Amino acid sequence: MSSPAEQPILEARGLVKRFGGRRGIFDSSPTVHAVNDVSLRIARGETFAIVGESGCGKSTLGRLLLRLIEASEGEVLYEGQSITALSQREMRRLRRDLQIIFQDPFASLNPRMTVGDIIAEPIRLHGLARGKAVQARVTELLGIVGLRAEYADRYPHEFSGGQRQRIGIARALAGEPKLIIGDEPVSALDVSIQAQVINLLEDLKDRFGLTLVIVAHDLAVIRHMSDRVAVMYLGEIVELSPVDPLYEQPLHPYTQALLGAIPRPDPKDRAAPKLLQGDVPSPTDLPPGCRFHTRCPHARQLCQEIRPVLEDAGGGRGVACHFWREIAQMETATTQRARTDGALDRRLEVYRAAQARREADSSQAGKIL
Amino acid sequence: MSVQAEAIAPRRRLGRAATKFLANRSAVFGGVLVSVFVLMALLAPVLTSYDPFATSFTSIRKPPSADFWLGTDELGRDIYTRMLYGARASLMAGVVSVAIAVAVGVPFGLLAGFYGGWVDASVSRVTEALLAIPFLILAIALAAFLGPSLTNAMIAIGLSATPIFIRLTRGQTLAVKTEDYVEGARAIGLPNVLIITRYIFPNVLPPIVVQATITIATAIIAEASLSFLGLGQQPPNPSWGSMLNTAKNFMTQAPWMSIFPGGAIFMVVLGFNLLGDGLRDALDPRDH
Repeated sequence: MSSPAEQPILEARGLVKRFGGRRGIFDSSPTVHAVNDVSLRIARGETFAIVGESGCGKSTLGRLLLRLIEASEGEVLYEGQSITALSQREMRRLRRDLQIIFQDPFASLNPRMTVGDIIAEPIRLHGLARGKAVQARVTELLGIVGLRAEYADRYPHEFSGGQRQRIGIARALAGEPKLIIGDEPVSALDVSIQAQVINLLEDLKDRFGLTLVIVAHDLAVIRHMSDRVAVMYLGEIVELSPVDPLYEQPLHPYTQALLGAIPRPDPKDRAAPKLLQGDVPSPTDLPPGCRFHTRCPHARQLCQEIRPVLEDAGGGRGVACHFWREIAQMETATTQRARTDGALDRRLEVYRAAQARREADSSQAGKIL
Repeated sequence: MSVQAEAIAPRRRLGRAATKFLANRSAVFGGVLVSVFVLMALLAPVLTSYDPFATSFTSIRKPPSADFWLGTDELGRDIYTRMLYGARASLMAGVVSVAIAVAVGVPFGLLAGFYGGWVDASVSRVTEALLAIPFLILAIALAAFLGPSLTNAMIAIGLSATPIFIRLTRGQTLAVKTEDYVEGARAIGLPNVLIITRYIFPNVLPPIVVQATITIATAIIAEASLSFLGLGQQPPNPSWGSMLNTAKNFMTQAPWMSIFPGGAIFMVVLGFNLLGDGLRDALDPRDH
C-alpha cells in the first residue's frame, strides 16, 4: 500500500475494451480492439494528457476511466477504491467527483433545456443547494466561466461554439468535481477561441485544485497544458512521460514520427520530415507482436513476434519498444551531426553581412537625398 | 462573445415557434379549419335550433333551403344539425384514438429504444407483425371483434395506430440516445428514469406531435369508414361516416346527403394535415 500522499487520484489497471464480436445467425460483427491492456496512474493535481491519432482509442479510454462505458477487462480505481464493481446507485453518487467536457459543444448540451437548467441540474441532483440558492450558484458558475448571468434563460442554440463550451464547463464544475476529463475540449473550436478555453481550464484547475485529464490530438495544445503525456497507438500506451522530455527527446519511434510531423520554423532543420508510411492497421485485425511494427522504420524480426511492454526508461518515463535504447543513441548521433554541419551557418553569415551592407548603403542614400 | 448571440432578444423558444407558425400561411389555414370544426362540435346546440334525432314525414330528402340549410335526410332530419353533432363523434374519435395510440406507443418506443437488447427485440417484433397488417383492415378486425360502438371503434383505431408511434418513438430514441448530451446526463449521475423523461422524451417529442396531428386525420377517416360499415357510431346517433352510409343509397336522388358530410371529412382531414406540417416546421428549434 502506498501512502495517501502518493496515492493516485485515478488509476487504471489492465483496462481492455472490445466492441462487437457478436456471432449470431442474423448479425455478426468483427471484434474491435479499442483499448488493450492500458494501465496508468494519474496523480492528484496534475494535468495528464492522452494523445494519439483518431481511432487510437483515446476517447474510449477517457470514457472507461469515468465508467461511462463498461470495461471488458481490468479495473479503474478512484482514490484507491475500485469503481468497476460499484452498483449503478453508488456510481451515480461518485459521478459528482468525476466530470467530463465533450468535444463537440453543439452536441453536448440538451437543446430543450435552458442554460440555467443545464447548469442547475447537477446542483439539484446532488443536493448541493436548494431553492433560491440554486439560482445564485448558477449565476456564480456563469461568472466563473466568463458568461453573463442573463444567459441562464436562453437555450444552447443561441450561443457560439466557444460560449457553449463554457456552458459545458460550468455544468461540469457545478457538482464541485475533483477530476475533469476533457475529451478533445477545444478541437472543435476556432483557433482564436481555443486559447481562451485552454486558459479558462488552466485557471479553473488552479482555482479549484482540479486534476485534469486531456484527451487530444493537438500536440501544441498538449505541450502548453499538460504535466505528463501518454501517447497511444492502436489502443495501447506506447510512451508515457513528463511533457518536456517527451517533446525534447521522444523515445518511441511512433512519438518521434508524431512530433516529426509538426512543422518547425527553423532554417537549420532542413531535413525532410520522416513521415510514417502506410495506414493505421484496422483495430479489428491487429498485427502480431508490436502493434507499430507495420509502420516502424526501425522494425526487426523480434517486433513481429513479441509484444513489447511499457518499460521504465528513467526519469518517470515509460516506453513500449524493444529497441528504444539503440534508437535513442542513433537519434543523438544524427542530431549531433546536424549541429556540426556548419555550411548553413556560413551561408547565413554571408547573408547577414550583405544585408548589413545594404542597410548602410540605403541610409547613406537617404542622407544624400 | 459572438455578436449574433448578443443580438437575439431573450425570448422563450415557444414564442419563436409561435411566430414561425403564424408566418406559415397554410399552417394557419389548417389551424383555422381545425378550430372551426372544434367550435362547431362544441357549440352544436347553439348553432342550430333543430334536434338531430327529430324525424319529419313532411320533409323527407328536401334539398338545401332557407329552412334546412344543407337539406334533410331520408327520415326528414336536418343534415346541418346532424353534421354539427356528427363533428363531435368524428373529432372525439380522432383525438381519443390518437391519444390511446400515443399513450401506449410512446412509452414502449422509449423503452425499446433506450434499453435495447431483449426489450427492443420483443417490442419490435410485435410492432412489425402489427405493421404488416394494413391499418384499416386491422381497425375493422379489432372493431368487429370488440363489437360495434363508437367507444370500441376508438379503441380499435387507437390500437391499430399504436405501432406507428412505437416505431417512430423507438427510431427517434435510438438517434437521440447517441447524442453527447445524453452521455453528459449519465456523466453527472442522472438516473435512467430522468434521462428518459428530461433528455430523451423532450427531444423525440416534436416528430411525435407532428405524427399525432396527421394521424388524427387518418383516425377520422378510419372512424368514418367504420361507421360507414356499421362498426362505429350506431344509429340514430349521427356521425359523418354513418351519414355517408345511408346517403350512398340516395346518391342520385339526394346528392346533398353525401356531399356535405363527405366535404366535412375532406376539410377536417386537410386541416389536420396542414396543421401537422406547420407544427413540424415551427417546432424545429435548430432553424430559427
